[in-house]
Amino acid sequence: MIDRVPQVAAALLLPAAALLGYIFVAEWLLQRLPEGARPRLRPWIWIGPALAFVGFFLIAPAIQTIFLSLMDATSTNFVGGDNYVAILTDPNVHAAIRNNLLWWIVFFTSFVLINGLAIAVLADRVRYEGLAKSLIFLPQAISFVAAGTIWKFIYSYQPPGVEQTGTLNALVVFFGGEPQPWLTQSPTNNLFLIVVAVWAWCGFATVILSAALKGVPVELLEAARLDGASEMMVFRRIVFPLLLPTITVVATTLVIFALKAFDVVYVMTNGNFDTEVLANRMYKEMFTVRNYGRASAVAVLLLAGIVPVLVFNVRRLREQEAIR
Amino acid sequence: MNRSFFARPVAALIVLALAISACGPSPRATGSIGGSVSVLATWGGAEQESFLAMVKPFEDKTGVKVQYEGTRDLNAILTTRVQGGNPPDVAGLPGPGQMAQFATQGKLIDLGSVLDMNAMRDEYPESFLKLAQVDGKQVGIFIKAALKGPIWYNPKQFQAKGYAVPKTWDELITLSKRIADSGTTPWCIGFESAAASGWPGTDWLEDIVLRQSGPDVYDQWWQGTKKWTSPEIKKAWETWGTIIADPKMVLGGKSAMLATAFGDSGNPMFTNPPRCFLHHQASFITDFFTKANPSIKSGEDFNFFMTPDIDSRYSGAVTGAGDLFGMFKDTPQSRALMNYLTTPEAQAIWVKRGGALSPNKKVTEYPDQISSDSAKALTTAKVFRFDASDLMPEAMNAAFWKAVLDYTNDPTKLDSILTTLDQVQASSYK
Repeated sequence: MIDRVPQVAAALLLPAAALLGYIFVAEWLLQRLPEGARPRLRPWIWIGPALAFVGFFLIAPAIQTIFLSLMDATSTNFVGGDNYVAILTDPNVHAAIRNNLLWWIVFFTSFVLINGLAIAVLADRVRYEGLAKSLIFLPQAISFVAAGTIWKFIYSYQPPGVEQTGTLNALVVFFGGEPQPWLTQSPTNNLFLIVVAVWAWCGFATVILSAALKGVPVELLEAARLDGASEMMVFRRIVFPLLLPTITVVATTLVIFALKAFDVVYVMTNGNFDTEVLANRMYKEMFTVRNYGRASAVAVLLLAGIVPVLVFNVRRLREQEAIR
Repeated sequence: MNRSFFARPVAALIVLALAISACGPSPRATGSIGGSVSVLATWGGAEQESFLAMVKPFEDKTGVKVQYEGTRDLNAILTTRVQGGNPPDVAGLPGPGQMAQFATQGKLIDLGSVLDMNAMRDEYPESFLKLAQVDGKQVGIFIKAALKGPIWYNPKQFQAKGYAVPKTWDELITLSKRIADSGTTPWCIGFESAAASGWPGTDWLEDIVLRQSGPDVYDQWWQGTKKWTSPEIKKAWETWGTIIADPKMVLGGKSAMLATAFGDSGNPMFTNPPRCFLHHQASFITDFFTKANPSIKSGEDFNFFMTPDIDSRYSGAVTGAGDLFGMFKDTPQSRALMNYLTTPEAQAIWVKRGGALSPNKKVTEYPDQISSDSAKALTTAKVFRFDASDLMPEAMNAAFWKAVLDYTNDPTKLDSILTTLDQVQASSYK
């Protein structure tokens, strides 16, 4: 490991040095130019590295993916829309689209928002707020693969009569119920999968919404209470509308995560039993089947789903800027 | 040209020294080398411990550190690393199909110059060497073998209940029904295996196809020229269905089959009273039995009989499989490890720990009667066939796994499942 130290140091320092050098050299060159041209050129010089970075690591691969999605499995022959026809007629992809839209975008997003908001509002009123929020936030630090593995133990199933090793089934049996194969029973297994993601993401929503909650002016709340508004009314008419922009931001982040949901599904069911999602489909086409064309087509489909969310997000940010 | 006077003898000496070190009496005898070698394979848990025990003497002797990494999603991980230019030095290969793909891409090192091929031909059965060759080159080598198709039972319980070991498939079904009628489910079955879930079912179907329709149909089937919807293959699924589609036949029914990890699924045979009497799994499962139930004894608490003949014309047909190893990076350490893994001494270590058979004929000391019987069944089979799903292209194999789960979940959908498999078959063989 010791022999890696110089490499790591170089990897950390060199790009920083290169960027600084770039700026100095560019500014020096700029000084040599006529004064009128400088203001027009300067922004491009400063934004240049970022543009190059995004272009190289984001835009170029995206364009390449679109090209690959029009090629065959080994990317040697052009096949036109064949891959799209193949994936759009594949029942596995249909199931994946349904799961992504219904279970992940609708249920996952709303569960996280409702839970996060409830916890943020309730924690705001107790003295041990810090502790409560820390506990809720803790799972965020766990990788999703680890979270999936942990919850797989919790959901583990043994036939009735055999000692239950899964926490949930042990509880069910203790209270006199029948053990359930939580992860193989469709469609409720989707619910048990998103519970894992909700558990992991709740802290994120809580922390951000809680911060926004602190920003609600106390005078407004007091005025409303003096006017005789009930706590419910205060929340509905004042707190909620003021939190709405933050809720939208959190919701967009969650929707993007929901669209690319992968780890939990891959670890816990691998998409079997009607739990397939698009990202897992892409992974299978890519690494199991090694059909680069179809894998890219699924990726493009995913991209097409995410773009509207991004556009919405950017638009809303612009509107906010305009208000300011 | 003064220098040639010295250069020639020196060069000759160097060549001689290289020759001695490279292919001297035995390339297997290696002194201290140091450094490390990375190994990627599919084993975890008990199997991983056995592999590490197997390479321990190698590490002690050569000073080479074996950096082992295990994954149940071997195919994906290995392919990604190979494509990404970061392959492990040495790796377990997912199967002969995948091996051929790596070999034609020139990713695998020809072991002809690494291993002592004369010794290999002497010690390994021809069939095992052939399975690991591509275009005449030895690109892989089996370091461990498994007998597929044993059906495990608890002899004590069999005796107590007066059950006899069935000689034919019909007797097996009759026995199963008799056990079911007595109020206990006869079979314990589990298909869960993370990203590879479903594979234990493919072993069942391979056994049935081979015994029911014979080796020719079996070969056409894995080669992709026999359709899944053909009468022979469909019949195999239906034959299997008499067991798995009947909730009275399997402990916990379909829920348990789908949700139980394959390694744990046989354990209810050893509870008191037993919750099932029969378990179909390859020979390596004994390792899982004894790890989970330390008090049970091989031969007394568990024994096996082979999946019985279905059609007497194909009597004595046996399926088997093994763990193929290939070399992706040519380093002194990986050469030394590959050589070591093929030795009878190395393979005997895992064999003695249980759960493994050795493809090396020189390994004869098996720890118990069961292992020795398994080895005998493997080497003396009248008709031997390699695990069909491992021979199929990866896409076909993965679809086969999923089909097992889908069929278990809803046996009435057999026709649509087979049609889907036909579609994959049509597109995945090139």
